[in-house]
Amino acid sequence: MRLIYPTSFRIIRVPCTGKVDVQHMLRALEKGADGVCVIGCMEGECLYKTGNFRARKRVEQVQRILQSIGADPGRARMYNLSSSDGPLFAKYAGEMDAQIRELGPNPMKKKKQSAA
Amino acid sequence: MIVADKKPVEEIIEYVKDCQKILVLGCNECVTVCEAGGKKEVGVLAATLRMYFSNQGTEDVQVDERTLERQCDHEYLEEIRDIADQYDAIVSIACGVGIQFTAEKYHSIPVYPGVNTCFLGVTEQRGLWTERCQACGQCILAYTGGICPVARCAKRLFNGPCGGSSKGKCEINKELDCAWQLIIDRLKAIDRMDLYEKLFNVKDWSTDRAGGPRKVEREDVQI
Ligand code: SF4
Ligand code: SF4
Repeated sequence: MRLIYPTSFRIIRVPCTGKVDVQHMLRALEKGADGVCVIGCMEGECLYKTGNFRARKRVEQVQRILQSIGADPGRARMYNLSSSDGPLFAKYAGEMDAQIRELGPNPMKKKKQSAA
Repeated sequence: MIVADKKPVEEIIEYVKDCQKILVLGCNECVTVCEAGGKKEVGVLAATLRMYFSNQGTEDVQVDERTLERQCDHEYLEEIRDIADQYDAIVSIACGVGIQFTAEKYHSIPVYPGVNTCFLGVTEQRGLWTERCQACGQCILAYTGGICPVARCAKRLFNGPCGGSSKGKCEINKELDCAWQLIIDRLKAIDRMDLYEKLFNVKDWSTDRAGGPRKVEREDVQI
């Protein structure tokens, strides 16, 4: 499968989405990522049972934080897919990319860092 | 432990929106356990504030992070003595005790609360904390099977239950256990129903908050 997905994505592998904390997502945004997307296994199929449910709650928490500071909550998103579903991954990546392009660059990006 | 809950970010922003240099100060004890004011929450709140300021275009505002072992003891609070002066504001996310002690020690720096301090309680399950003690200063748990009617009976009855107790629940809320039902169940379990038969004398409330701010003074441990 030679699928095409946007090159704007930087993939960070984690053992389980349950490992992704609110702090990690905020750090990415603070350091200048235009959006953060957590992609976990299908609900009910987590190897550790609740990892992806926890991740979803944390993404929602990040969305609430973004809202509370006047930023767009759409910069954080959660998707679920089966690890063998490449085409769906490419579709979601395209969706996220389109949404972020609509929102424009991250205004929370520190100018000092982006210049470095 | 002392149970606290996070304050809405909007409220905290309102306190510090005109500051240039802010220290978010956490505590490693009670508030860490109730996930309101530990190192992790310091990280989340500080990042949130930094993002808020950048989003406002005022990104030269500096928001630093620090978490002390406790904020209710001199020696730990002294750890920020050499840096405290440089801040226009400290947002403390320890309990109200820690926030006040920080303010007392750093007299000329505004100290703002980042949490709402709620009660003395337990972690019933992850994400659920419930009240157990109101620090009345004259503990009577020996007579009530280890269950506190001051903190857990809505009417603070000492000779309960009242007529509103129904199927083990309190009349003010069907989800709330009737403290006196719990007391009776426990007295039965430890075979001490004789305690229930005795009428309680009027409790001495002078040790409670009604007598004004309290203190415990122990000469034996004073230096
Ligand atoms: S400052 Fe408050 S939260 Fe921290 S240890 Fe002391 S009592 Fe507990
Ligand atoms: S009787 Fe007083 S000290 Fe004892 S648990 Fe109840 S409120 Fe706390």
